[in-house]
Amino acid sequence: MPKDGGIGASTKRREDIRFLTGKGRYTDDINLRGQAYAYFLRSEVAHGRINHIDTKTAAAMPGVLTILTGDDFVAMGGNPAGWLIHSRNGDPMKEPKRPVLAHGKVRHVGDAYAVVIAETYQQARDAAACIDADITDLPAVVDMARALSDSTNLVHDEIGTNQCFDWGWIEDNRAAVDAAFATAPHITTLQLINNRLTPNAMEPRASLGDFDPGTGDYKLYTTSQNPHLHRLLIAAFVMGMPENKLTVIAPDVGGGFGSKIYHYGEEAAVLQAAKLLNRPVKWVAERSESFLSDAHGRDHVTKIELATTKDGEFLALRTETMANVGAYLSNFSTATPTFLHGTVMAGPYKTPLIYVNVKTVFTNTAPVDAYRGAGRPEATYSLERVIDKCARELGIDQAEIRRKNLLTPDQFPYQTPVGLVYDTGNYQATLDKLTDIADLAGFEARRATSAKNGKLRGLGLSTWVEACGIAPSNLVGVLGARVGLFDAATVRVNATGNISVMTGAHSHGQGHETVFAQIVADRLGIPAESVDIVHGDTSKIPFGMGSYGSRSLSVAGSAMTKAVDKIIAKGKKIAAHMLEASENDIEFKDGSFSVAGTDKAKTFGEIAFSAYVPHNYPLETLEPGLEETAFYDPANFTYPAGAYACEVELDPDTGHVTIASFACADDFGNVMNPMIVNGQVHGGVGQGIGQALLENTTYDENGQLLTGSFMDYAMPRASDVPYYTVDHSCNTPCTHNPLGAKGCGEAGAIGSPPAVVNAVIDALHRAGHSHVTHIDMPVSPARVWAAMNQA
Amino acid sequence: MYDFTLVKPKNLADAVAAIADGAQALSGGQTLLPTMKQRLADPGTLVSLSGIPELHGVCKGDGGIIIGGATPHAVVAREAAKYYPALAALANQIGDPAVRNRGTIGGSIANNDPSACYPAAALGSGAIIQTNTREIAADDYFRGMFETALHEGEIVTGVKFPVPQKAAYIKFVQPASRFALVGAFVAQFADGVRVAITGASNNGVFRWAEAEAALSANFAPKALMGLTLPADDMISDLHGTAEYRAHLCGVMVKRAVMAA
Ligand SMILES: Cc1cc2nc3c(=O)[nH]c(=O)nc-3n(C[C@H](O)[C@H](O)[C@H](O)COP(=O)(O)OP(=O)(O)OC[C@H]3O[C@@H](n4cnc5c(N)ncnc54)[C@H](O)[C@@H]3O)c2cc1C
Repeated sequence: MPKDGGIGASTKRREDIRFLTGKGRYTDDINLRGQAYAYFLRSEVAHGRINHIDTKTAAAMPGVLTILTGDDFVAMGGNPAGWLIHSRNGDPMKEPKRPVLAHGKVRHVGDAYAVVIAETYQQARDAAACIDADITDLPAVVDMARALSDSTNLVHDEIGTNQCFDWGWIEDNRAAVDAAFATAPHITTLQLINNRLTPNAMEPRASLGDFDPGTGDYKLYTTSQNPHLHRLLIAAFVMGMPENKLTVIAPDVGGGFGSKIYHYGEEAAVLQAAKLLNRPVKWVAERSESFLSDAHGRDHVTKIELATTKDGEFLALRTETMANVGAYLSNFSTATPTFLHGTVMAGPYKTPLIYVNVKTVFTNTAPVDAYRGAGRPEATYSLERVIDKCARELGIDQAEIRRKNLLTPDQFPYQTPVGLVYDTGNYQATLDKLTDIADLAGFEARRATSAKNGKLRGLGLSTWVEACGIAPSNLVGVLGARVGLFDAATVRVNATGNISVMTGAHSHGQGHETVFAQIVADRLGIPAESVDIVHGDTSKIPFGMGSYGSRSLSVAGSAMTKAVDKIIAKGKKIAAHMLEASENDIEFKDGSFSVAGTDKAKTFGEIAFSAYVPHNYPLETLEPGLEETAFYDPANFTYPAGAYACEVELDPDTGHVTIASFACADDFGNVMNPMIVNGQVHGGVGQGIGQALLENTTYDENGQLLTGSFMDYAMPRASDVPYYTVDHSCNTPCTHNPLGAKGCGEAGAIGSPPAVVNAVIDALHRAGHSHVTHIDMPVSPARVWAAMNQA
Repeated sequence: MYDFTLVKPKNLADAVAAIADGAQALSGGQTLLPTMKQRLADPGTLVSLSGIPELHGVCKGDGGIIIGGATPHAVVAREAAKYYPALAALANQIGDPAVRNRGTIGGSIANNDPSACYPAAALGSGAIIQTNTREIAADDYFRGMFETALHEGEIVTGVKFPVPQKAAYIKFVQPASRFALVGAFVAQFADGVRVAITGASNNGVFRWAEAEAALSANFAPKALMGLTLPADDMISDLHGTAEYRAHLCGVMVKRAVMAA
């Protein structure tokens, strides 16, 4: 039994009280004296040359304070890509400048090219309508294949191509992989699309810029998943100011899913305007702007081939992918289709030979970047779909073909052919657990019941592994990362024994305030109520790379654990002095420092008090105070894994697919709060079901966004998802971090889409529609019906 | 949103007068307000119909039930159930609770969205649209996508629904908006069957004559065997091709017959 409020307890989320009673404090809830408002004027065409922007009439409109255009920001730096990727031929990727506001050209519908600052938002908007922009329409580059072969219509003229890079992973494997294919007894080929998604965080992006002319300090309140990263990008790269002159505060943030990792031009623009006007400037995106300008996710077109023996043993895997980066390189956009995608292409299997090729393409669409799972859902989807197709071609049961190829527990640590070393796992255990909790044996009976009701039932599986806990800095440095990916924490014990923990992780819905308090309280043997978690403010936090890539617990949580251990170590020194014992004889347990083998003891509170009121204290050898900071850089990625089963019911008259059940057997390593982990899995699988059945960001051939509102962009609703069966009892604790934790934030979104699509194909095959080998996501009723009725 | 003035008349005559001055009617606002927020409409003055008692309520009159033009969907769902269950069920499937508590039958009928639900009920029931100046048969009222027989400034004061012996509305939802991708309203009267379909056609809600004839002869799903609609005039968009919609018309009508 876990201790109440300690590690392993399903402690209720303390932050929910303020969220559910309307007391959350989001960026838009913050209002500064004298605040003005920004409205960004966005391109209505996908591609156009800016000839002239006449702001004269607009500037004379009521309430207008200033109007800035791309010209006003040319002296500033570009918003950089965080990873430098090299092409197969050794060339560095093409890195066109991403300016604060579009300059020279507009490159996607929604590309901001002017900003009006006025006394009120309505006035700013009214004035923006009077800006006379002379923009020459250019042909839009939308389709990736066409973009690659086009040498005249270029998104960025100065780079001479629409290709950002052509990446091979691992290039040295290529010949051996091709050779294996040349002699393979069986080859399964599948062409598929990983559909483009709009993140749709509940809170739209917002920024409030402030400048203090007395000190020259800037302050930015913004919707960020990583305030320090924002500070670095804005200060060091874009605006060119010392980092110590900028404070970035990300208060309560209503969801991000990746989209709020990145620095966007609006943030620098409000800061610059605040300085020019000497007034705070606020901008809050409307939902329409979110659709147009938040970084989208996924958007891959892939050909995947799997070479096997006649009885389904995997011999080699080869993929060719076109990945859309949109009009500009967003901060993680070059890492997502490469090192977050190619490196996990081995999945949980022992496939000996793998080669991945990815061409990234500029198009006149919004930038595309990491979205929950980032690259790993794309890899998992390709892999689990081709395995499913292969099993059908060879007449092998879906579970059987997976079981046959899964790595076995004795193979860990396992060096994959695509560059990673899996530290630990037991993939058979999760598949066995799934077989049990999903009652796979009872499927036929359930299918018969569905059939009686006129419905086609299908079963889809997915066994997956991902790499998260991002990331070991030296490794990613070799792979092209331009930042380190460690994290930090300060544990500040107050004189009265309660604790503030400053963490570099950022909670935008995850429940960190609860879980981190559990971890610290558990390790110190004190009540969780005595621990407060502070996050989201660069002026309070030592440093931190924020939250994404399922890193908060395994990286930031590990930093916190190290800091707590330093507190304990110092506490032992203080206790040794007070108890007149040798430091080596002091034991710390359940909040008490005691001399081994005696009943002499001091409570944690007494030690803390002594540290701040050092009357009886070894001042000659020890500083007063009880506060420790630790930085933690992981030795490796972590490798959560799992086995998912989805059952669908398909209405053969309409093609409508209902998720009948969804079961997850996950290995997240040690689990800190099972309830929160369940919630993460529910949410992730919900997003995966959304991708599989409903969501699809669509541009027409002119680059106009067809899914610009919730009237056309289909989000999953409660009635689209089932009651989930979630298990995380098959734990193989991570071997290289102090918590043994692997991370669970992205798992659901990674493992679920292929299970859903596999189930739909299964339902169709069992009903005799064996000509349907694939349907692209979203598997909408219209697409299913068309597939069933294709000649 | 652009600035606007809101007028809240207490009776129909004042509302008519205000609208005659060039103002626009505001009923539940579920269509109009989102349009205004996007600055796609700038009505200047809005005349709220919600405070006019004579436009509210569900009552039984001769030849059917009359629903006041400003009656919200939720009220219809609740109060029409005992007179006309199929109509109440339709109202209960419109949007979400917030939409149903604000949106009104008059607004829906006046707007005549090609994917809206009420037009199918009105046409499928042979309803009479009542306005401040006249009564219009549903067959003459719906004139194509967002087009009606209403004159400038004319207000829908009520809709009179003859109550059939049997009826049902089956809607196949567009996955994002949950409006009708295709919705079929089937009503059996003593003198024949009416079938109205929404969501499918480029010309808005329409009656399917062949299905009506077949079902009037035999009100059973099998009467529809072999009947299909041409895809030529069907809507084709992100959510379904014209062919798919034409197919769904048949499926939805069949299911409505089974549910009636
Ligand atoms: C999220 C959402 C989901 C929805 N789902 C559905 C759905 O599933 N099915 C469906 O059918 N509808 C749906 N709707 C639309 C909803 O039913 C609206 O209520 C309806 O379309 C308009 O009614 P209203 O009272 O809100 O009209 P308003 O928005 O107030 O007005 C609409 C138009 O009609 C005019 N008008 C209003 N009342 C009158 C009148 N009495 N006489 C003359 N003109 C008038 C107005 O001037 C305006 O031009 C949905 C709406 C939303 C926002």
